[in-house]
Amino acid sequence: MNQNPTPSEQLDRLRQPAKESWHALQDSDVPVIYVGHATCGRAAGSQETIEGFEQALADKGIAAEIRTVGCLGHCYAEPLVIIHYPGFPPLMYQKIGAGEARVLVNSFLQAGEDPCFEYLLGALEPNEMFPTLMDYPRYLYEKRVIMAHCGRIDPENIDHYLALDGYQALAKALEQGGQWVVDEVKAAHLRGRGGAGFPAGIKWEIARHAEKQPKVVICNGDEGDPGAYMDRTLMESNPHQVLEGLAIAALAVGAERAILYIRAEYPLAVRTIQQAIYAAREKKLLGDHILGTDFSLDISIFQGSGAFVCGEETALIQSVEGHRGMPQYRPPYPAVEGLDGLPTVINNVKTLATVPAIISKGSDWFKTIGTEKTPGTAIFSVVGEVEYPGLVEVPMGVSLEHLIYEVCGGIKDGKPFKAVQIGGPSGGCLPESELGTAIDFDSLKQAGAMMGSGGMVVMNADACMVEVARYFVDFTQKESCGKCTFCRIGTRHLLAILEDFTKGVGSDDDLQELKSLSEGIIKGSLCSLGKTAPNPVLTTLKFFPDEYLAHIHEQRCPAMMCRALTAFYIDLEACARGCDACVACCPTEAIFTTSNRKKAIDQEKCVKCGECVYACPPEYDAVRRVSPPGMIPDQGIKPLVETKEEQ
Amino acid sequence: MSDRCDHDQEIDLEEQQILAAIEAALPAMPTDRHQLIPLLQHIQGTHGYLPLGGIALVARHLKMAASKVYGVATFYNQFRFNPPGRHPLKVCLGTACHVKGGEIILENFSRRLGIAEGETTKDREYSLERVACVGCCALAPVVMVGEKTESYVTPSKVEGIITEIEIQNEIAERAKEKHEPESDTQ
Repeated sequence: MNQNPTPSEQLDRLRQPAKESWHALQDSDVPVIYVGHATCGRAAGSQETIEGFEQALADKGIAAEIRTVGCLGHCYAEPLVIIHYPGFPPLMYQKIGAGEARVLVNSFLQAGEDPCFEYLLGALEPNEMFPTLMDYPRYLYEKRVIMAHCGRIDPENIDHYLALDGYQALAKALEQGGQWVVDEVKAAHLRGRGGAGFPAGIKWEIARHAEKQPKVVICNGDEGDPGAYMDRTLMESNPHQVLEGLAIAALAVGAERAILYIRAEYPLAVRTIQQAIYAAREKKLLGDHILGTDFSLDISIFQGSGAFVCGEETALIQSVEGHRGMPQYRPPYPAVEGLDGLPTVINNVKTLATVPAIISKGSDWFKTIGTEKTPGTAIFSVVGEVEYPGLVEVPMGVSLEHLIYEVCGGIKDGKPFKAVQIGGPSGGCLPESELGTAIDFDSLKQAGAMMGSGGMVVMNADACMVEVARYFVDFTQKESCGKCTFCRIGTRHLLAILEDFTKGVGSDDDLQELKSLSEGIIKGSLCSLGKTAPNPVLTTLKFFPDEYLAHIHEQRCPAMMCRALTAFYIDLEACARGCDACVACCPTEAIFTTSNRKKAIDQEKCVKCGECVYACPPEYDAVRRVSPPGMIPDQGIKPLVETKEEQ
Repeated sequence: MSDRCDHDQEIDLEEQQILAAIEAALPAMPTDRHQLIPLLQHIQGTHGYLPLGGIALVARHLKMAASKVYGVATFYNQFRFNPPGRHPLKVCLGTACHVKGGEIILENFSRRLGIAEGETTKDREYSLERVACVGCCALAPVVMVGEKTESYVTPSKVEGIITEIEIQNEIAERAKEKHEPESDTQ
C-alpha cells in the first residue's frame, strides 16, 4: 500500500517550514519594521524611508529587521510603516520619511518607551493601550477578501503566502477535479471584475466543453484605465494569489498553458510576478506535475505595450499573436476560438484573485457577501478630492455616498461635492442626486456610468464638467484602434466640438450634434471602447447642462478651469507693497511692478498656470481668478517707471 | 549651422552602430511571428528606441513586410522612434493628474526645455513624454523622472527638478575634471 501522497499532503509538507518561519517572524524578539514598498509607496519615498531606518539603526547599534511589503491601499498615508516591537501590538504609522524614521528609532526602538503617537495611525490588533485601526471608518466598513493579505506579507517570499493558507485552494481543486471547480464558481455567481461582469463560471464551462485542444487561459493585467491601479497593486503585493487563481482556472478549463498579460508600464509588477512564478515552480506549485498530480501548467508573461484597447479580449489576443491590437467580431467567442484558434479563457486579475477564496471557503460563504445578483466585493481606487484616497474594497451593493463620505472621509477641505467619475474613460460622471446609487454592475449601468475596472475620481466645484468630458474623449479618440468608422472619425468630431466649447465657441446646434453623434458612435462601434466612449459626454450633458450653456452662451467656465475662459489678476487692495513672491514663481515672467510698487499680471504673457495663487502669502491672498476674462476690473494700473534718481 | 551638422552626424554614426548591433543579435532570436512584440520590446530595451532601419531588419528576420512591422510598432504607445534623453521625463496625464493640472506641468516642462512632447533636447539630456497613467493617482500630479516618481508636482517644482538634474550633472562634471585634469579643453 505505497500510495502517493495527495495534493493536500504534499502542500502540508511545504507549509510546515513556511509556517515556522512566519511564526518566527511574528514572535521575533527583535523589532520588525515593515515598509510598504509597492509602486505607490516608492513614489511617496519609501526608499528614503528604508535608508533612513537602516542608517538610524546602524548609528544606534540596534538590532531590528526591515521587511518590505506590498501596498495596503492607504495611499493618503504613504509611506506606510508597520512596526512590531516585542511587547507591543503591531503599530501602523503614516507618512514616515527618513526624518520620522530616525525619530521612531531614537524614541521607540531604542528604549521601547515612546511609541510616537504623533505619527501613529493605529494598532493592528485589539489592545488596551492604543486605538485600533478598526476604530476608523476606513477600516470598519471595508471588507477585504481579495486584498486580505496585501501589505501584510512580503510579496517576494512565497513562505508568507503559504503560511497564511496559500495554495490550499489549488490543492483542494486538484483533489475535487475541474468540473467541481466550474460548478463551484458557477454556484458562487462570480462575475468578471474586468468591467463587463460576465459570469466567470459560464465562460469556463464553455471552454471546458470546447472540443479543440490544447486550451489556454490568460490573466488580463492590461490595466489601461487612467485612474485605476488595483490590478497592479494585487500583482505587486500578493502575486501568488493571482497565480493560484490562474492555476485553478487552468485546471477548471483543462488548459496546459497560461499567460499573464501585464502592462509594460508596470515594471515592478512584471518583476514581482516573474519572481513568484520561479518560486512557485521550485516548490512544484506550478509547472510540471503540480503537487504530484498529472496536472501541468506552462505559465509565461507577455508584456502589453501600451494600448488601451487591448483590455478588450479579442484585441488582447491579437496583440499576443503579434498583430495590432484590433478587436475582432464575436462570435466565435474566445472561449470557443481564441488565441491561435484555440479555446481561450481570459479573466481579469481581480476575478482570478477572488477564485482561491471561493474554492477554499465555498460558494455559499461567497454569496453571503455583496448582493444577490453580484456577490462578492468590489475594489475601487477612489482618488481626487476625498480626504482618504486609495484602494478600497467594499461589499458589492453599498451606495456611492457611503463609499465617498463614510469610507473615504468625504470631500477634502470640506468643499462641496460636485461629481464622481466612475469607470474610467468609458464611464460617466454622476452628480450628487445619484449618490444613492448602489455599487454593482447593473445599478451603475442604469445610472449611465459603469463599473469598468473600478477607477473612481471624486471632483469638487473646481472641476469643469465640459473639460472633463473633453479630456475623456481626447483619451478615447487617441486610443481608438481605427477599425470602426464611427469610433475613428466620430470621436474626432466629438472632440473638436468639445474643444471649441472649452474655448467658449459653440451653439445650441452643436449641443444637438454632440447628442446625435454620441448615439451614432454607440450604435456603430464593434467593441466596448467605441460603445462606451460617449458615456462621459452623455452623462455630463444630462446632469450638468447648465455648464455647457454657460460655456457657449456666456463664454464663462463656472468652475474656472477652462483656461481660455479664465484670467488671473492681482487685487491691488490686497497686494502687499514690496512682496515679490508671485514674481519669483511666475514661469513666464508675466508679473510686473506697478507704479505704486504693487504687482500686476501682463495678460499677454500669462499662461494661467495658477502658480501665483499658491505663491501669494495667505495673509494677503491677493490673486483673483475670474471667468470670463473680460471680468478683470480696471484698477488703473501703470507699470513702474524708474526715475534717474532711483537708479 | 556647422554645429548642428556635426551633431546630426554624431547621431547617424550612433544609429549605424545600433543597427549593426541589432543585425548581429537577430540570428539568435526566435523567428516565430508571435515573437514580434517581445522582439521589438527587447530592441527598445537594449538601445532605448527603435531606429527605423531596425524595423526593416526585424521584418527580414521574421519574413514579414516591413510595413506590417511598422504598423504594429506605431500602433502601441510603448515604442519610440527617436533616441530618448539621458533623463526621460514622463508627465502623467491620467484622470486624477489631469484634474489637478497635469497639462500645465507638461506645458511648463515644454517651455523650460524648449521641446514639445515626444521630442528630445538637442544635447540629448532630456526627452519629454506624456503617459496615460502611472497608477499613483492619490499623489497627483505625478511626473516620472527616469525611474523615479515625483509626486505633487507644481510649476515651481518643475524648475526644481531640472535644476536638481543640472546640479547633479555639474557635480559629476567637476568630479571628472578632478580625476582627469589634463583632458582636452578646447
